Amino acid sequence: MPGLEDLYREIILDHYRSPRNRGELESPPAQRVEGFNPLCGDEIVVTLDVHDGVVSDIKIAGTGCSISQSSASLMSAAVKGRPVTEVRDLIKTFKGMMSIHESTLPPGAGQQGEGAEATIDVPEPEAIDIDALGELAALQGVVKFPVRIKCATLSWNTLAQGLDEIESAG
Amino acid sequence: MAHVNDADSTTDAVMSTGAQPLDVATLRKDFPLLSREVHGHPITYLDTAASSQRPTQVLDAMREYDETTHANVHRGVYTIAEEATRRFEEARRKVGRFIGAPDPSREIVFTKNATEGLNLVAHSWGRTHLHSGDVVVLTEMEHHANIVPWQMLAEERGITIRWIPVDDDGQLELDRLDRLVDGAKLVGVTCMSNVLGTLPPIRHIADVAHAAGALVVADGAQSVPHLPTDVTALGVDFLAFSSHKMLGPTGIGVLWGKEELLNSLPPFLGGGEMILDVRKEGFTPNDIPWRFEAGTPPITEAIGLGAAVDYLGAIGMETVRRHEIGLTNYAMTTLADRFGDDLLIFGPADPAARGGVLSFSYRDVHPHDISQILDQYGVCVRAGHHCAKPLMRRLGVNATARASFGLYNDESDVDTLADALAEAGAFFA
Ligand SMILES: Cc1ncc(COP(=O)(O)O)c(C=O)c1O
Repeated sequence: MPGLEDLYREIILDHYRSPRNRGELESPPAQRVEGFNPLCGDEIVVTLDVHDGVVSDIKIAGTGCSISQSSASLMSAAVKGRPVTEVRDLIKTFKGMMSIHESTLPPGAGQQGEGAEATIDVPEPEAIDIDALGELAALQGVVKFPVRIKCATLSWNTLAQGLDEIESAG
Repeated sequence: MAHVNDADSTTDAVMSTGAQPLDVATLRKDFPLLSREVHGHPITYLDTAASSQRPTQVLDAMREYDETTHANVHRGVYTIAEEATRRFEEARRKVGRFIGAPDPSREIVFTKNATEGLNLVAHSWGRTHLHSGDVVVLTEMEHHANIVPWQMLAEERGITIRWIPVDDDGQLELDRLDRLVDGAKLVGVTCMSNVLGTLPPIRHIADVAHAAGALVVADGAQSVPHLPTDVTALGVDFLAFSSHKMLGPTGIGVLWGKEELLNSLPPFLGGGEMILDVRKEGFTPNDIPWRFEAGTPPITEAIGLGAAVDYLGAIGMETVRRHEIGLTNYAMTTLADRFGDDLLIFGPADPAARGGVLSFSYRDVHPHDISQILDQYGVCVRAGHHCAKPLMRRLGVNATARASFGLYNDESDVDTLADALAEAGAFFA
């Protein structure tokens, strides 16, 4: 039976207690995207700047549980300064790590708020290179708690939507 | 919001009601699920507001019906079909008597759940009586089940929704009620908030609404399972509730409506059972209540609900209510003693003025995380917005943790909750 230590790893609690990149960038020029978890009412606001194909800055606002907050914080630290193409790969890998139970969740759970659902091509679990995730691998234990997966993926879906919006705006 | 410390002053009033106490230890033996363990701990079930557990008497009644009597109802002339019909209609009358319906055999409509009952009113009554510019009044503490059907109609028909506000003690602000209902066609109000436990003065609201010419649809999903209910005394026109929150099975709910009102309404869904005659040119709807029960109804579930009502009736709803006031009082006092200002209970400060539903915040630990840690100790509490997002916005929170009681809970459950909360506090310290 999964224990709490699988879920609440030290890195997760650290990012929850002292979240990185908190706040909002001025928008415009930054892209601002909101994500909602209709199951629990969590809300996340991702603002990001993309310059020359690189995520030059990102900030996270909103409220949520330790899992959604720490996942967002870890995400912001992981993507800041990285090229968009790498960030998209990282989103895919992260979603892959989280996908094991996700398909068994009720339809509509974790749906994004306004706007189209971002399209993310999720790889098969065995194809995932967990090492490439670095600190993010600490969130791996979340899949043992299926109802919390949506908490962990909320910020990532929101980021993906933001990247899509920037792309389609040209 | 009121703080739990204020609760002490009412202890005497609560204790002096001369309660015939419930023998919870014996009664718990009727509920098989309560003897299971979760994560190596005996289960502490504190989510009855979401769904109650079922006693053996209910489970047995359903099984006995299935094993000896089942056939489709209102169809066959053979013996078991006739018996099934009689038992199904008997269950309807039991439920009707349980809520004091003047005509138990005609005023009880079986639905899928409370939600469907409220949708039935919105569909059959709303589509007949509401037109562009009409006003429906709701309260800020409604469950989405008594909001969204009206919002759907608002979009379709161009009607307006006015809101009765909630004050800082979690009570409805009723001083401007007559102005709010002026010109309205309908008032929708919950008899007990599933978040705050608040018990709005339904009779008063109904009187003011009726004086303004508006009908009242009451959401009894939380009140009918926990309070004595008399629809005539309440003075409302419709009352919806769910079996699964009152010791009965899922899959069946009830809409009570005044006979003359139900009689005046068009059907809800179309199909078998709801017609007297069908020709190529059209159909003649059946009498009430069957007019609103298209298709084969949840027969086994009706038998189960009938048994649940028998069970509650044998104990007596006054006794249930007294037990739950006592338990709520104990919980509010215990949590205040153990956690002081770290724990905030939303809603009325007086335990006798609320149902056994405690929504709380604990330090800045997110309700999801509270619920997760509590689960490790076998304690089941709800975390989230409880399908009452307008109320959540009013409270200024995204989510709360919620412990809710049933007649099978006792003070030891509250103590276990408090111990587990202390662990959650230590974990996130
Ligand atoms: C006050 C209130 N109204 C309506 C409902 C809806 O009940 P059901 O889901 O059984 O239709 C609930 C239950 O969650 C409730 O608490």
